[in-house]
Amino acid sequence: MTQPRREILEKLTPVLTKRWLSPDAWKIGVYERLDGYAALRKALDVHPDDLIQLIKDSGLRGRGGAGFPTGLKWGFIPQGDGKPHYLVINADEGEPGTCKDLPLMTYDPHSLIEGAIIASYAIRANRAFIYIRGEAVHAARRLRNAVEEAKAKGYLGTNILGSGFDLELIVHSGAGAYICGEETALLDSLEGFRGQPRLRPPFPAIAGLYASPTVVNNVGTIASVPYIVLGGPAWWKSMGTEKSSGPMIYSLSGRIANPGQYECGLGITLRELIEMAGGMKPGHNLKFWTPGGSSTPLLTAEHIDTPMDFEGVAAAGSILGTTAMQIFSDQDCPVYSTWRWLEFYHHESCGKCTPCREGNYWMVRTYRRILSGEGTLSDLDTLQDTADNIFGRSFCGLGDGAATPVVSTLKYFRQDYLDYIEGRTAPRLSAKALVGAH
Amino acid sequence: MSDTTVELTPAAAKLAGLLPQALEIIARYPAGRSRSALLPLLHLVQTDEGFVSPTGVAFCAEVLGINKAQVGAVATFYTMYKRRPTGEYLVSVCTNTLCNTLGGQQVYDELSEHLGVGHDETTADGRITLEHAECLAACDYAPVVTVNYDFAIDEATPEAAVGMVDKLRNGEAVTPSRGARVCSLKEMQLQLAGFAEPRDGAVADGLAGAPTLRGVTLAQEHGIAVADFNPDTPITTTKPAREGKTTPANPAEAAGVASNKPAADAKPAGDSVGNEVKK
Repeated sequence: MTQPRREILEKLTPVLTKRWLSPDAWKIGVYERLDGYAALRKALDVHPDDLIQLIKDSGLRGRGGAGFPTGLKWGFIPQGDGKPHYLVINADEGEPGTCKDLPLMTYDPHSLIEGAIIASYAIRANRAFIYIRGEAVHAARRLRNAVEEAKAKGYLGTNILGSGFDLELIVHSGAGAYICGEETALLDSLEGFRGQPRLRPPFPAIAGLYASPTVVNNVGTIASVPYIVLGGPAWWKSMGTEKSSGPMIYSLSGRIANPGQYECGLGITLRELIEMAGGMKPGHNLKFWTPGGSSTPLLTAEHIDTPMDFEGVAAAGSILGTTAMQIFSDQDCPVYSTWRWLEFYHHESCGKCTPCREGNYWMVRTYRRILSGEGTLSDLDTLQDTADNIFGRSFCGLGDGAATPVVSTLKYFRQDYLDYIEGRTAPRLSAKALVGAH
Repeated sequence: MSDTTVELTPAAAKLAGLLPQALEIIARYPAGRSRSALLPLLHLVQTDEGFVSPTGVAFCAEVLGINKAQVGAVATFYTMYKRRPTGEYLVSVCTNTLCNTLGGQQVYDELSEHLGVGHDETTADGRITLEHAECLAACDYAPVVTVNYDFAIDEATPEAAVGMVDKLRNGEAVTPSRGARVCSLKEMQLQLAGFAEPRDGAVADGLAGAPTLRGVTLAQEHGIAVADFNPDTPITTTKPAREGKTTPANPAEAAGVASNKPAADAKPAGDSVGNEVKK
């Protein structure tokens, strides 16, 4: 392990992670002493339209993967339409590699609740939902406790802090379906159906939850709002880059000395992050990595200086995603890794559209054959062809995400595939698993 | 629905004791939108039975006024609704790529051999249900093992996992790494149904581990903070917050449209609600 240099450490921007250092910050009294609910008081003193403009001015972009400008999304909600509006927070964190929302909700749940109240006031919603991944039980425990505390203090309920604004906030646990992280599948799930994506348009801003105007935002996006309300857009933009403003929690895992959560301005590079994390694990050299979860095309050692913002990662041919950086070394096999991701996508495919449902089924089987030492050269063409027929032809992004590691490993690590097929690498799976697979 | 008494048929009567909680769940959602309660209701029936049985399906259908096929379609879609009786503790081992690479597969394989059960199977003594799980959102602690979905072992080894399940089977105390104190799977389901944690101190359990705090601790140790943060920075305003002190901020309310009332397009809960959007 190596010590990071001072100029690298100065790239840390502890904003959303700062309260995590206070072990009792999940209690409302401690939260209030740490600037808590100050932003709400400030926000309720201005017109909702001015809050939307404030968020637009900050340049805040969605933290859930797509990077859509948050203020613009809020502005899409038609006002004075007589319909109820809804805020739905996507807390269905499950993208492989992503682990930033769970700690935020567990150790600083009030920051999400405060952001939710401000956002609801801005879009004029009187009911908000936090759709939290079912498996995240401890985070849900803390959130529900925080909602009750906030109600008791008059931050939730009717006539919040004398403003005349009413809000009810429900914490709704999912039940173990990755697809519900897709916003329209999440809405169907919240309505009590199988979580399957909807055709867009209409977009949720027009016909979302209960066919009413709805904003769906990620946990990190909403938790950023109180800081922007307090510090202002100019301060927020002092972090990150011109087009990707603010701090971002980078989740580093895998073959590095100190895996963990590192909050830095958008635009930091993997090289800098690895230095911050004490270097690679002894004996390991960087081979491939995900910039933002397994659904984003893999990058290699040659991309180590790519700026980790929306534009920089896109220019390298991938997607910033959730900044979930899973780091693999020369001791890890890209073919085996891709197979395991595909087993995941195959399991999580909702079954609604044919390319994703059938394509993943067949790709998993092709990988098992290659990893059992029974692969053929034509299997590589079959994989490429199947992936090409899933990507861009599926109903939602899950199919694209599944095709992604296949296409990128075939591009960068074709030799690793050939080594299995031509017998230079020992099989990783038993041929017994192939019964019925042909 | 939520303010009327539900008469259960014999098919669901066994779960009549859950009715008060079921009505409480339904009341969380807007009037006319009771179907939103289906996921928490399915969690609720698991507090009693440990899985979703035909009785549980009938119970959900009857309290929501939908049919059993509609409930069954949902129950079979989601991984956390179990279709067979479960053990007292659900032990999940992450075997998704990163945990797998760092030893999660070995942890799972050795646990499976030690317990003599495979994925989604329960030991003969009814204590442990084993499963391999997909990414549990704790990659910085890989490989991870959860008990009843609470983080139980970080950077797990086969020895640590085998030691823990032996303790669980012998009724010895197990202290989870970052989750709340262990209870039975059925008791835990109450959380998923959306009720407050009833056990004293359980909400406070579980400190953040070093990986979670790594970046922010480095910043603190080296005195690094984001400069120029002034919480009194004014917000640019173009119009008054409210027209008068008594006027609510919500224009819909000001226009006489009461908030928190059913939508103008309110329809009875059922498939039509989702379909109309999907067409």
